[in-house]
Amino acid sequence: MSEVPPPIKNLQVKYKQLFINNEFVDAVGGKTFEVLNPSNGEVICKVAEAEEADVNKAVEAACEAFKRDSAWRTMDASDRGLLLFRLADLLEKHRVELATLESVDNGKPYHIAYMADLALCIKCIRYYAGWADKNHGKTLPVDGNFFCYTRHEPVGVCAQIIPWNFPLLMACWKLGPALSMGNTVVLKSAEQTPLSILFTASLIKEAGFPPGVVNILSGFGPSCGAPLAKHPKCDKVAFTGSTEVGTLIQGYAAENMKRVTLECGGKSPVIVLKDADLDKAVDICHLALFFNHGQCCIAGSRIYVEAPIYEKFGPQVDLDQFKKILELIESGKKEGACLETGGKQFGEKGYFIEPTVFSDVKDHMRIAKEEIFGPVMQIFKFETLDEVIDRANESMYGLGAGVITDDHTRAIKISNALRAGTVYVNCYNVFDTRAPFGGFKMSGIGREQGEYALENYTEVKTVYNAL
Amino acid sequence: MENVKAFKNPLIWRTQLFINNEYVNSVSGKTFEIENPSTEDIICRVQEGDKADVDKAVSAARRAMERNSPWRTMDSADRGKIIHKMADIIERDAAYIASLETMDNGKPFASALGDVGFSVAILRYYAGLCDKIEGKTLAMPNGKFGYTRYEPVGVVAAITPWNFPFLMSTLKVSQILAAGNAFVLKPPEQTPLTSLLYGDVAIEAGVPPGIVNIICGFGPTAGAALTAHKDVNKVAFTGSREVGHIIQKASGESNLKRVTLELGGKSALIIGKSADLEKVVPLAQDGCYVNMGQTCCALTRTFVHEDVYDEFVRLSAEYANESRAKIGDPFQDGIKYGPQVDKVQFDKILDLIESGKKEGAKLECGGGRLNEKGYFLEPTVFSNVTDNMRIAQEEIFGPVQQIMKFSSLEEAIDRANDSDYGLVAAVFTNDLSEALYLSQELEAGQIWVNDFMLMAPNTPFGGYKQSGIGRELGFDGLLSYLEIKTVLVKL
Repeated sequence: MSEVPPPIKNLQVKYKQLFINNEFVDAVGGKTFEVLNPSNGEVICKVAEAEEADVNKAVEAACEAFKRDSAWRTMDASDRGLLLFRLADLLEKHRVELATLESVDNGKPYHIAYMADLALCIKCIRYYAGWADKNHGKTLPVDGNFFCYTRHEPVGVCAQIIPWNFPLLMACWKLGPALSMGNTVVLKSAEQTPLSILFTASLIKEAGFPPGVVNILSGFGPSCGAPLAKHPKCDKVAFTGSTEVGTLIQGYAAENMKRVTLECGGKSPVIVLKDADLDKAVDICHLALFFNHGQCCIAGSRIYVEAPIYEKFGPQVDLDQFKKILELIESGKKEGACLETGGKQFGEKGYFIEPTVFSDVKDHMRIAKEEIFGPVMQIFKFETLDEVIDRANESMYGLGAGVITDDHTRAIKISNALRAGTVYVNCYNVFDTRAPFGGFKMSGIGREQGEYALENYTEVKTVYNAL
Repeated sequence: MENVKAFKNPLIWRTQLFINNEYVNSVSGKTFEIENPSTEDIICRVQEGDKADVDKAVSAARRAMERNSPWRTMDSADRGKIIHKMADIIERDAAYIASLETMDNGKPFASALGDVGFSVAILRYYAGLCDKIEGKTLAMPNGKFGYTRYEPVGVVAAITPWNFPFLMSTLKVSQILAAGNAFVLKPPEQTPLTSLLYGDVAIEAGVPPGIVNIICGFGPTAGAALTAHKDVNKVAFTGSREVGHIIQKASGESNLKRVTLELGGKSALIIGKSADLEKVVPLAQDGCYVNMGQTCCALTRTFVHEDVYDEFVRLSAEYANESRAKIGDPFQDGIKYGPQVDKVQFDKILDLIESGKKEGAKLECGGGRLNEKGYFLEPTVFSNVTDNMRIAQEEIFGPVQQIMKFSSLEEAIDRANDSDYGLVAAVFTNDLSEALYLSQELEAGQIWVNDFMLMAPNTPFGGYKQSGIGRELGFDGLLSYLEIKTVLVKL
């Protein structure tokens, strides 16, 4: 496999302002806020802070770009696709710089930002570039002498609010389908991690997207996210973040009946059956929980182990995960971007949390029910399949689930029964851009990725022509 | 593609067969001549493939499609990237490819460039489609799990025509590769030069060996060997109706290979009494003479309402005479029409023109040769054409327009449908309701309203009746390069 090129030393942050109408501008109020490196707590730089006045400017720009005879609205669908292909090429060209920014801003190891986050970003944009001219309506056999057909039109001006755990990737999941389907966008990044998307804004301009099609605001939830989600001229809001804020957003959207999609939290169960290969099962459970330092909406944070193998499973997990997390910390120290990722275990400098495992967890405990979003694993014992399926489904969440067994017939039966948007059998954390992702119940509304994401950014118009 | 200049004497780069990512001579060592139809000069000689070469190529394709081969196991998005790269390469070399096409086929350089541009768009469309070929999971009774897979059909024989050589080959190549297949292409013996470049394109884009193979040769030898081959899963042919019959027969007699055919047409154009003649006359004639008439979907039966018939005929003859000045050296700026592709076509068209005169049609203008050298024909217009005449029924494939009179719309529809062909039917009208009604009633694979040659990478194209079997382009077009497998599991 190809080697990972080294990160940029002494990275200078070039883009720190708001991006509106293809221009980088200061906030109307002139405010800025600090962006911190979570590895050492140091200030990377200051970034413009958007408030309601900036939200209004950005939405106006997006409305203007969405007007009936605008360049964006009258462009051939295949040309929209070409712009997205160009953006993917530019992301690829600047992959090292973007991965460095992401690592410094979010704290994830650089090689993971390069090999995982950025790889998925590029694939996502390329995938949606190919959809641009393939979103078909239908001609319909209605009663009577009519020529009847549907048009798949863009929804309009889309507010998009993204989280800090996979900053650029979450932006791409939103921008890809929205732009492919011809919408205009006002995107608010997370206040913890604004940098990679601002750099990408410069690439969006370079790719040739008309002004106003994409607008990027950095800011805080209550002062920027809320006015954006409430704005009467936004036709849609798409949010990824906590369930708590997700319910707020749905409320704001109700004021003008915005279309809403939400990707929220989870407390995903992983069911380990007694016939599973124990070493493989432990590896999968590691990945399921500890990936991205536990900061993953779909983290497998309830591990149900079938009674006969429970005793063996516990200690193995303890030892392996301890070693693995320490290894991660060591490689993070070695990589050293200019803005140091820090160096010591367990938080003398920066926000490293000791990896933690609880066993003998009971379903009623807080750690069994609430999303922790950190490297804390809960292990439970179960006796029968029916029992574990019911316990797994007994949650207000329903984002993901895992099943580990060599018996594929049982695996399919269990997958059929689990109330979760993604079920992983003998794997975890696969995020192919072709496959839809989203939650049952309070883990969200709607699906992102795949062809399914197009529906979120399409408004269907039926036309009847009397002949 | 703006400001692209032609190479007036393009280098003859490739004249050999292409098998397993290598350019090679034919087993027999035989070669055949390629002629420049504008000058009647011999351009070069090209290797002539026959059964032995076809066998080599099909074996290479079969190996490349083995179960665990690089092509079979590649991520679909990576296949898409390769096809996208092919588009980039062709766009980069557009001037050369179009120049070679003009020298080989005789079409004006601007048309050849347009063909290359459309080729690039088709490749890009299909590049983006590779990872969007989705099966379904099916509603099954409790205890059962069912789903469909769309798999590549396998080794495809692609046989392409001489009228839009590079474009027709691209159409096949892009769909075949997008669906994950391998192919053996037999390009037209009259004009193989641009299709031969696909070998270089494939190598530069990173296509694994054996997926792209090109065997130049003749229908009765190389073409027949391909269609009879027991190890070819499908044949896709674009060409004449006569050969279409032969191919379908050979496919049935060999191994029941899947067949798609894009054949000829005698496409009707209906012009109502409210038509704006100033606009409609040039459009109607351009739609008939497109590519020197060498177009399967040329509008070659022009039905004109009796109220505007006389004026339409007069204006058409005038427009045809104006075109004479724009016929000539296809490398010259401002030239609209080049020569016919070769002497065989040239003679056939003149013969049909004679039949028109003999059977009582009125020759309004043209009817003979233009220029002393090169297969140039005068733009020709016949009026008073009746449905039983040879020029009303047979595909002429030259710049010959047939104008017929009708009194009622219902009559026009019935006469338009009274044909063994059914490729295109066109309507020029300002009344959308009339257009929509006609679209329902006309028996043709394409209905064009108020324009001609309306086509895009995502619009399925193909014929009713003897104009063909199956569709190409768009999502639907891809289905004929796929095989559906249904998987049913009892849990």
